[in-house]
Amino acid sequence: MNTRISHLFIALTVALCALIVMTTYWQVWARSSLEARQSNVRLVYRDLEIDRGSIVSADGVVLAESNPAQLDGRTVYKRVYPTKGLAAQLVGYSSLLAGRAGLERSLDPELSGSTGDLAGVTNAFDRMRGNTVRGNEVVLRLQAVAQKVAMDRLTALGVRGSVVVLDPSTGGILVMASTPTFDPNNGLEAALKNPASPLLNRATQGLYPPGSTFKVVTAASALDAGAVTPDTKFPGPSCINTSGQPLCNFRGRAYGPHNFGYAFVHSINTTFAKVGIDLGAEKLEATMRSFGFFSRIPWDYPAEQTLPSGIFNRQGNLVSPTTPIDVARIAIGQERLLATPLQMAEVAAAVANGGQIVQPEPVQEVRAPDGSIVRRPTPIYLGRAMTTETAAALRALMKQVVDDGTGAAAAVAGLDVAGKTGTAETGRVGKNDAWFIGFAPSNAPRFAFAVLLEDVDGTGGDLAAPIAADVLRALTAQVS
Amino acid sequence: MITSRGLLKLPHRNRELGLILLALGITTAGFAAVQLARAQEFGTASLIAATLFAGAYLGAHLMVRVALPDADPYVLPITAVLTSIGLIEIYRIDALLARDQGVWILFGLALFAIVIIAFREIRRLESLRYTCGALAVVLLLATIVLGSSINGARLWIRVGDLQIQPGEFAKILLVIFLAGYLRERREVLTAPTRRVLGVGIPALRHALPLLILCGLSLVLLVAMNDLGSSLLFYVIALAMIYVATGRLLYIGAGIGLFAIGAASALQIAPQVQTRIDGWLNPWTDEQAQCCYQITQSIYTIADGGVLGTGFGRGLILNEAGGTIIPSAQTDFIFSVIANEMGLVGAVAVILLYLLLAWRGFRIATTADDGFSKLLAAGLAIAVGFQVFVIIGGVIRLLPLTGLTLPFVSYGGSSVTANFAIAGLLLCISQRANRERV
Repeated sequence: MNTRISHLFIALTVALCALIVMTTYWQVWARSSLEARQSNVRLVYRDLEIDRGSIVSADGVVLAESNPAQLDGRTVYKRVYPTKGLAAQLVGYSSLLAGRAGLERSLDPELSGSTGDLAGVTNAFDRMRGNTVRGNEVVLRLQAVAQKVAMDRLTALGVRGSVVVLDPSTGGILVMASTPTFDPNNGLEAALKNPASPLLNRATQGLYPPGSTFKVVTAASALDAGAVTPDTKFPGPSCINTSGQPLCNFRGRAYGPHNFGYAFVHSINTTFAKVGIDLGAEKLEATMRSFGFFSRIPWDYPAEQTLPSGIFNRQGNLVSPTTPIDVARIAIGQERLLATPLQMAEVAAAVANGGQIVQPEPVQEVRAPDGSIVRRPTPIYLGRAMTTETAAALRALMKQVVDDGTGAAAAVAGLDVAGKTGTAETGRVGKNDAWFIGFAPSNAPRFAFAVLLEDVDGTGGDLAAPIAADVLRALTAQVS
Repeated sequence: MITSRGLLKLPHRNRELGLILLALGITTAGFAAVQLARAQEFGTASLIAATLFAGAYLGAHLMVRVALPDADPYVLPITAVLTSIGLIEIYRIDALLARDQGVWILFGLALFAIVIIAFREIRRLESLRYTCGALAVVLLLATIVLGSSINGARLWIRVGDLQIQPGEFAKILLVIFLAGYLRERREVLTAPTRRVLGVGIPALRHALPLLILCGLSLVLLVAMNDLGSSLLFYVIALAMIYVATGRLLYIGAGIGLFAIGAASALQIAPQVQTRIDGWLNPWTDEQAQCCYQITQSIYTIADGGVLGTGFGRGLILNEAGGTIIPSAQTDFIFSVIANEMGLVGAVAVILLYLLLAWRGFRIATTADDGFSKLLAAGLAIAVGFQVFVIIGGVIRLLPLTGLTLPFVSYGGSSVTANFAIAGLLLCISQRANRERV
């Protein structure tokens, strides 16, 4: 029997050696590939060990911070958003299950202290030694008080929409509101299922026909090309025929002979259609490109959350420059022309800024855990959209729009507002996209803005302009 | 009669004592590491627990010293290291579970003491072979009839607040029965009188109990919904038949029957099918029932690397304070060990089991009577194969099963039953060694 007992022992030894081989395989060979698997919950828990930096508004409101909690005997940091939906799309989220979005994603290297520089390398070593890594704090250009006014006004109207306010000289994002919003603390799952898409940052991902606000671009192109001056005379029929279809003024109104400046202030479609036809598609498209259309606006935000504006075909793709377009309707901001509120705010900022396009900048400064300044962004100029003279002429015209044109409701006592209204047909009866873009004060602009209300029964002048006025009032009180 | 002076001069026992003291040192260091890692106060409660644990093992050693002076010196220290590794990891998961486990270890050592006193003369057990066999069948049938399912496998009987896993005890009773029965019928099974197609076939009346046993294993597979226990019983029986008869025919036939039985049983046991799915394709849907446990187990093991994360420093618990791998303290305790002790510790644990099995087989070879040989070999294979099946399950070498890791997993039935095995092995070795002296 002893021989057979030793056979059993040999068999068992072989079996237990197989266990050793397999365990070695997992712990040595397969280890790194397993660690990198997205579904490995350990990966996410590891991230929680980083004391992620706060995100604070320019006026000192904490938008995102990390609170220490205990997980299996170690300190982990739970991300909380004290202001909930206030700037949820801009700030984004950093979540165990949903990943990251918004500034939480684009600024992740700084927030998590994993930048490519010396500080990042030091942190990586710290992490290996089991020490807590502290990320940098990010102070935004965002003015939380004005942001709240924008969110409150949009929410009070019960509409989907967006308000963007830029500092035209630096590109600083002072307000970026989008409704409906969501609570990044615990509302992500509900937001994902919500058909109104609250996760969508309508300021950068919402594409809307810009309507008459686009006349700023058409006017800039025409004035720059010397095709018109503010005093060029035009006839004022109620409709003209273009591409076999009648193109009419708002509510079919006829104007009689007038100059180009009057046509801008009173948003006369027939005149702008003619200007567009005279200018030609090539020139108009070139101007659009210089304003930033047809490409993503480059800024410190996830690329897939910034959509390019431009002319889209029926498949929803940007058309190529060679595609024939109905330039008359593009010139008045209709047809298949779609723009994001951020793009239209950039248009307003370019006029305010003497024709220069400045890159949007969400960050005021980045501070290391010890309080020292790591980075303070300087303005990045992306190019010139029009001459200084054209910008000056447009500034004067846009001021008239508010003083005695369609944008009267945007007037703010003591603040010289300039703007352009837009009421774009959506193709749905009784539903328009209402716009108001502009800047203030008109002589030395500090704020350039775009307000958009989706699918409303009313005009940009009636609905969007008053919201702009309220936000500007809050900003003036805050910044001065 | 051993004099008190003689009690101090026993070489086996002194070696055992030294090794137990070493094991207690490991235990102390392990607990200190966990408490340091988790920044816990070293309170009086842990002091009392440590004293009880050390006291119980030293008590057990004294019992052996008196009752079985020539018994194997390695078995008890190996169990001390294994129980303390288990206790440390369970403590690290949940201090309350560790308190329970500590109590079970005390009960286990008490049962160990009872066994070494009651069966000091191991041949007494041989006459109880049919009682043991009947009791094993009753326990298993009771599990099937009264049992409640945990994780889909029906392995537990609820008695008041207690969950008892009768299979752990039935396993020992089965080995005792087989040792007695095979020893008695060895000749007729080895050299059968009838031949069919030139192959010796034993008379039905000799083989019947074995056939019933094999059939029962397959019934268990379906009724308990657990491949592990069924496979374990079956392999124990085949291994012991092989030791007794040396006839590979029986083994081949047995494996064939089991394969056919298991394949058809799969069709009616959904839990087993899920386990097989999780074994073959765990990565297709990691969140699904088939695959969550096994994939989390593999992540946990891989995370440990060669040297491990350290006692109390791994990432075992989730935000809610539960374990990331469900049932980490029972079936998946090896994954936790592999995480915190690394490959080095995991291999050490596997080698400890190999060492334990080796002692069992050695006791079997040195024993001079058939019953003792069969019993020791059966017990060794019972422990060794159980280790193979459960660790193989959590590292995805085999389909996952609901077996416990002997001496290490949390659970009263498992701990106490395994201490009974240790006691029996010592009793057999006492007889063998004494006669050799």
